[in-house]
Amino acid sequence: MFESLKLKADFPTLKRQIRGKPLVYLDTAATSQRPMQVINAMLDYFNNYNASVHRGIYTISEEATASYEKAREKIAKFINAKPREIVFVRNATEAINLVAYSYGNANINSGDSILITQMEHHSNLLPWQQLVKRKGAELLYTMVTDEGLLKMGEFDEHLNRKPKIVAFTHASNVLGTINPVKEMVKKANDAGAAVLVDGAQAAPHMKVDVKALDCDFYAFSGHKMMGPTGAGVLYAKEGMLERMEPFLVGGSMIREVELQSAKWAEIPQKFEAGTPDIASAIGLGAAVDYLDGLGMGDVREHEIALTKYTLGKLSQFKDIRIFGPMDAEKKGGVIAFYINGVHPHDAAALLDEQGIAVRAGHHCAHPLMRKFDVPATLRASFYVYNDKQDIDRFIEALKMAEMVLKK
Amino acid sequence: MDLYRENVLDHYKNPRNYGSMGSPTVKFKDSNPYCGDELEFSLKIETGKITDVKFHGTGCAISQASASMLSEKLIGMILADAMKLGKEEMQKWLGVKLTPTRLKCALLPLMIAKAAIAEFNEKKQK
Repeated sequence: MFESLKLKADFPTLKRQIRGKPLVYLDTAATSQRPMQVINAMLDYFNNYNASVHRGIYTISEEATASYEKAREKIAKFINAKPREIVFVRNATEAINLVAYSYGNANINSGDSILITQMEHHSNLLPWQQLVKRKGAELLYTMVTDEGLLKMGEFDEHLNRKPKIVAFTHASNVLGTINPVKEMVKKANDAGAAVLVDGAQAAPHMKVDVKALDCDFYAFSGHKMMGPTGAGVLYAKEGMLERMEPFLVGGSMIREVELQSAKWAEIPQKFEAGTPDIASAIGLGAAVDYLDGLGMGDVREHEIALTKYTLGKLSQFKDIRIFGPMDAEKKGGVIAFYINGVHPHDAAALLDEQGIAVRAGHHCAHPLMRKFDVPATLRASFYVYNDKQDIDRFIEALKMAEMVLKK
Repeated sequence: MDLYRENVLDHYKNPRNYGSMGSPTVKFKDSNPYCGDELEFSLKIETGKITDVKFHGTGCAISQASASMLSEKLIGMILADAMKLGKEEMQKWLGVKLTPTRLKCALLPLMIAKAAIAEFNEKKQK
């Protein structure tokens, strides 16, 4: 495991005291903490070469462009893609919406089907729901078992219907389930579908190789992997991007504009209309550097160890339901749970009084909450700056909350 | 433990007027989708006054305690006064300072009670 005190020092917000107690941040699944290195990279842009990209001939504009494109290269290398296959968007949600509009509108017709899963975050559900409504198509679901795994038999069966698009999450933000993505992508490819993988909870926490995965689209958010909010990524195979019509149109993404027509720019610029969030892209590049410094293999090992430790401690609570796999190797560093007789909101408020930040709610996964028949759950999620002491404090506070609240 | 002062916990664990009514004058159900708080209020209204209140549902301590306290205050109130109740009264009765997020939990019972009264008024006009 990482030397936690040294690492924690890199993340300024972790210095905070909450009601006299040091903050224990266990909500990385919502957004990660950002290290000084990322903040400094953004400040460097603002302080020293604040200018627009792709436009100016003057020095600071060239510097900004170089920095922005260097960030794109770093991200491409991080997931084993080509720079022209990396589109900067605001976040994974925007990435998926882009595909639903750009690819979906042109390729889905009445009577077609799209296949997703019951464990999807709303951001990988609603764009498809709206698409099928627009086109008179059908939305199919691979359901989830009580253990929080996908019913692969159903997945195979639905593929027989030859869905045009297959979209699913790499790792669940509630269950922690890491899906057998390589196998699923292969099957979906063989069935002739375009495949999108939602990597929001995976790319920050484990090595991702999009060439090996062979998916058409891979979406993730910078702010969940130590980057700032405002820079997310859509990876897409270059052939796809070349064939797709743009999503947002305007400045920066054209080659030539006439009164009644326009010619689009080369990829990926074709999909980056308007002035981008330059500082955030640069920040995300710095985040990739930081993660490369740690090594994604070690990041994953660290989280497996913490998850195993936490699952062990949580299992000691009576009347607790822990959702998703109980094997830390098969689980991302995300644990959602429910203690009978203890409402998650009350527990979260009491945990806050002890300095512990956890999430209470439906985690943008209503269908999943309905399947497990709970109104809301508590969720603790980890990253490299968490350690066993964090978990111990979390468990102590949870025991206290249970004592106060249980009827 | 200020948010969970004794009286909030007391109302949460021993809610007053909990249950349903035989033949309510009006009832209304709603929920807070943010966290799954769900409540139904049943009111008995006679000559413009609330003579009995029953509520039931599930949810967090704030929403349940709020509902319990509100139910006590509503009995004997004339409709016009009930409709005037707002955030200030709820916070005063709960006796705790609420963040904007938890305020939604505290106001849910009031919203439901007012909706029930509004429905009653509408039916009366027809």
